[in-house]
Amino acid sequence: MNIVVCIKQVPDTKEVRIDPVKGTLIRQGVPSIMNPDDKAALEAALRLKEQFGAKVIALSMGPLQAELVLREAFAMGADEGYLVSDGKFGGADTWATSSTLAAAISKLDYDLILAGRQAIDGDTAQVGPEIAEHLGVPHISYAEEIKVEGREVIVKRQFEDRYQILKAKMPVLVTALSELNQPRYMTPGGIFDAWRNKEIGRWSRDDIPVDDGNIGLKGSPTKVVQTYPKTMKQPGTKIETDVDESVQYIVEKLKEKYIL
Amino acid sequence: MDFNMSKEHLMAKQLFHDFAINEIEPWAEETDENHRFPWETVRKMQSTGFMGIPFPREMGGQGCDTLTYVLAVEEFAKYCGTTAVILSAHTSLAADAIFQNGTPQQKEKFLRPLADGTKLGSFALTEPEAGTDAAGQQTKAVRDGDEWVLNGTKIFITNAEVADIYVVFAMTDKSAGTRGISAFIVEKGTPGFSFGLPEKKMGIRGSSTCELIFENCRIPVNNLLGREGKGFGIAMSTLDGGRIGIGAQALGIAEGALDRTVAYVKERKQFNRPIAGFQNTQFVLAQMKADIESVRYLVYNAALLKDAGKPYSVEAAMAKLKASQVASEVTRQCVQLHGGYGYIQSFQVERMMRDAKITEIYEGTSEVMKMVISGSLLR
Repeated sequence: MNIVVCIKQVPDTKEVRIDPVKGTLIRQGVPSIMNPDDKAALEAALRLKEQFGAKVIALSMGPLQAELVLREAFAMGADEGYLVSDGKFGGADTWATSSTLAAAISKLDYDLILAGRQAIDGDTAQVGPEIAEHLGVPHISYAEEIKVEGREVIVKRQFEDRYQILKAKMPVLVTALSELNQPRYMTPGGIFDAWRNKEIGRWSRDDIPVDDGNIGLKGSPTKVVQTYPKTMKQPGTKIETDVDESVQYIVEKLKEKYIL
Repeated sequence: MDFNMSKEHLMAKQLFHDFAINEIEPWAEETDENHRFPWETVRKMQSTGFMGIPFPREMGGQGCDTLTYVLAVEEFAKYCGTTAVILSAHTSLAADAIFQNGTPQQKEKFLRPLADGTKLGSFALTEPEAGTDAAGQQTKAVRDGDEWVLNGTKIFITNAEVADIYVVFAMTDKSAGTRGISAFIVEKGTPGFSFGLPEKKMGIRGSSTCELIFENCRIPVNNLLGREGKGFGIAMSTLDGGRIGIGAQALGIAEGALDRTVAYVKERKQFNRPIAGFQNTQFVLAQMKADIESVRYLVYNAALLKDAGKPYSVEAAMAKLKASQVASEVTRQCVQLHGGYGYIQSFQVERMMRDAKITEIYEGTSEVMKMVISGSLLR
């Protein structure tokens, strides 16, 4: 079984601040990490490898420094790693990203594709399912449990108030929630191997069989007009009462807004 | 000359940092308070490959190096001196003694489980009458057919009750002085081998420290480590390596205390401003930072020399001497900057000050370090 895992390097949003003037993220000096949902996907792949034997192939798209998350994937136990990196892919929205990644995956031999549900710097949750559409394979999103039986994948798919159990034939793409598992730590020896004995496959524009119209900023139908942090439009109301009354008050307000 | 860490070392440091935040810091206070060995953490260290960092893959280790091991001890010590010394005594005393001196069979039988995290190691040299004067060993080993018979008592032994494999020193020929000392490997559960009561310590209170008692304890002749009569040399060279670990522990304790203090002085307000605004605070912080950085180079340098296979005994002694002095002074100053809060337990620097003190004492006191260093000057 070959498992391709899509991983993204993201700024650690716990450490990110927002530029009060431009409304954009201040990325300078912010540590980069492997996106948490993607790490859960990688862990799921490594567990399947331990259970059934599999080749785990990590794939990332991003600037050259995204190499770090692939090295991390090696140090956790991934067998191969590929970095799709080219200035021409820059500024991609989810359409252009998924087109590029799908084309990259089409070069690989795969049975199962695992991706994180969403990245903490974009929160779109679109790239995984879009990759599946481009490749013409089924997908199951929001996995909180993944089982493999023969050529079938059985996934417990999480909703807010219920879950579905879905079964699909390979090849299939599954997006993982970080609740899926507790990812393992790298090992010290794994880190040394990752830097000294493993090679990352580097793919630039010419290596990826995708149309110019579907990559980078130009191939991105989404146009960001403006980004801004949420600000309080008007001052809140301050009510001073005792505990019982204030509980009552809050409950009524929530009902008024149809939250309860 | 290159002061930059390689990418693998930087990534390993990040790993140890993340592990310390997630798995060590949450237990540190409770471990100290209850004098409780942090088994949860140690089990995770064992399963993550942390117990065999500098040893070759083919012997169950991680195939890294001494510097990587030093980074682990340092990062752990930033949060918990106890956890750091458990790792240090296991790796650079017990396992390294066997790695440097063991036969292929001994390495397979004893180093492999230590390095792959199945078993925990301990190193027993100190006796009631033989501290700095380690040559005054009273424990005796007498050959009887295919066995050695051990009798005597070891004290202040780190990882004592919790270990599985012990490197133990004993006199095999009293008349020969230091040339009459030999090293042995003893397994827990060997008849005649028992433990005294746990010591109640000032610091590193979660680490297991107690007496090892040998009463007609019979071990196979194959458990003699190195040649008969070579035990003193084995003890001294093993302690050289151990001192790098303790230097790293002291460095980490100092760094941890400074990190907390920097955060505290920015928050703590007196006279309507954070105490970070006072020049006294700034100067004390600056001195501590400079001291810590100077010690870092001494400790890393000793590690790099060991990895390069060069002599490092004097460098390790200098690293431990300075690092332990800096750890004691820095933690004392950090308590002072915390004022009254520094003297109570929940602000951590109090624990760190207690933990720091032992680094001036164990694996050779500061005075022994000075003997080693001056000995090299006056040779």
